[in-house]
Amino acid sequence: MKRFFHTELEAFRSNLALMGQKSIENVRVSMQALQEQNMALADEALRKDDEIDDLEILIDAEAVRYMSLRSPLAQDLRLLMVGMKVSHDMERVGDESCSIAKRAKKLAVLHPAADYDAIPQMAELALGMLRDSLNSLLDGNIDLALAIPGRDKEVDRLNREVYAILSERLAVNPAQIGSTLDLMFIAKSLERVADHATNIAEEVIYLFKGQDVRHSAEIKEFKNAN
Amino acid sequence: MDSTLPKFTSSRPPAAQLGRVMIEVRNLDFFYGEKQALYDINLRMFEKQVTAFIGPSGCGKTTLLRCINRMCDLIEATRVAKGEIVIGGVNIFERTIDVIELRKRVGMVFQKSNPFPKSIYENVIYGLKIQGVTNKARLDEVVERSLRGAALWDEVKDRLHESGMSLSGGQQQRLCIARAIAVEPEILLMDEPCSALDPIATAKVEELIHELKKSFTIVIVTHNMQQAARVSDKTAFFYLGRLVEFNETEQIFINPTDPQTEAYVSGRFG
Repeated sequence: MKRFFHTELEAFRSNLALMGQKSIENVRVSMQALQEQNMALADEALRKDDEIDDLEILIDAEAVRYMSLRSPLAQDLRLLMVGMKVSHDMERVGDESCSIAKRAKKLAVLHPAADYDAIPQMAELALGMLRDSLNSLLDGNIDLALAIPGRDKEVDRLNREVYAILSERLAVNPAQIGSTLDLMFIAKSLERVADHATNIAEEVIYLFKGQDVRHSAEIKEFKNAN
Repeated sequence: MDSTLPKFTSSRPPAAQLGRVMIEVRNLDFFYGEKQALYDINLRMFEKQVTAFIGPSGCGKTTLLRCINRMCDLIEATRVAKGEIVIGGVNIFERTIDVIELRKRVGMVFQKSNPFPKSIYENVIYGLKIQGVTNKARLDEVVERSLRGAALWDEVKDRLHESGMSLSGGQQQRLCIARAIAVEPEILLMDEPCSALDPIATAKVEELIHELKKSFTIVIVTHNMQQAARVSDKTAFFYLGRLVEFNETEQIFINPTDPQTEAYVSGRFG
């Protein structure tokens, strides 16, 4: 039997989808700002983060409201718990996109002789993971979610690669310490975005299977297998 | 950048528009003999909203409910010592009030379903027959409309002339709701309407309450706080005959103002 308040859960899910889209879009725009040295795009990403923050507050409030008034159980209850955690992860993604946007503005002025190849590659991978984690949440696609932790390894590897290249550059040209550190932090932000995507995927598995796989041997196996 | 993105969707239902005040309780003191059951109650219930009365046994919630259609008159040695209940601009405790007329406007559904030992059809038209309505077409129309309104039509339309007692508990309760709405009251009082029902029948009655509030002002007494939270727009918490807190249901269950309400809704009472 469908209850009159079940539509509220559908709206809750829509808000999660919207927040996911906005956080993905903000990472994409901040990366475009970096690559095109476009101050206006960086400012846009910084401004749009407020919308992501507002959605986090809305999602938390509505989860508390639904839990208080509708007596949810089983998967409905898990959706609300997971929704709050996922919205927190997406809010952190929004913060990382702001961090990238701020550094993109500094780098647009400094014009460092930088090799960006690995950084856009990291962004592409992290954004792909984020998109898939969100889709797995919305479609209930556990297989998609299960594959995400393994994909995090490649992002970690690229982050180490960026770190090594930039450390070397810093040794050769210490005058570029500012821009080099900015690039290192951008890579770190992208690595964190991929971590948040992994967190979301683990929450999705809990949502649909009722099994908490965080820090579990199974999830480590998945990471190693990929 | 995100012109194609949808707008925010609020998961909460649109705030109920405050219509006119349907029931206003003013400074009401009520006694059973020498024992005072209600102390200076002030409360306003709005049109087409569900107002829930909650509180521990003996707090006065059922007493107040029974005052709203003067069912309290049926208990010996009761008296309203002070105050009034105003419905439609008139104090229902006025001597000139026609109580039968009042109870037509203020229907009631009880804790235990109480169909009459008659057919489903006869149960629904009972009130109309008392009013002298005999037109068959009119009665047929009321039976169908009332049973549809009570979400029971599809289950009983082929056996309208079977006994109302042959229905399940949940169906009997919905039959009683159909009987109550057949006379087109403005207000429906419900005294723990689901306490004798299983979870599925309870869910059906709750869905029905959600539908009925489009047409009626509903006041419900319930011991089940989750039910009050699910079905009501406003909640009143009573304790020892006093109204402790009356507010939006969301406020009462998420962030009540009074420490006694907080203790009661969080199960820390007593």
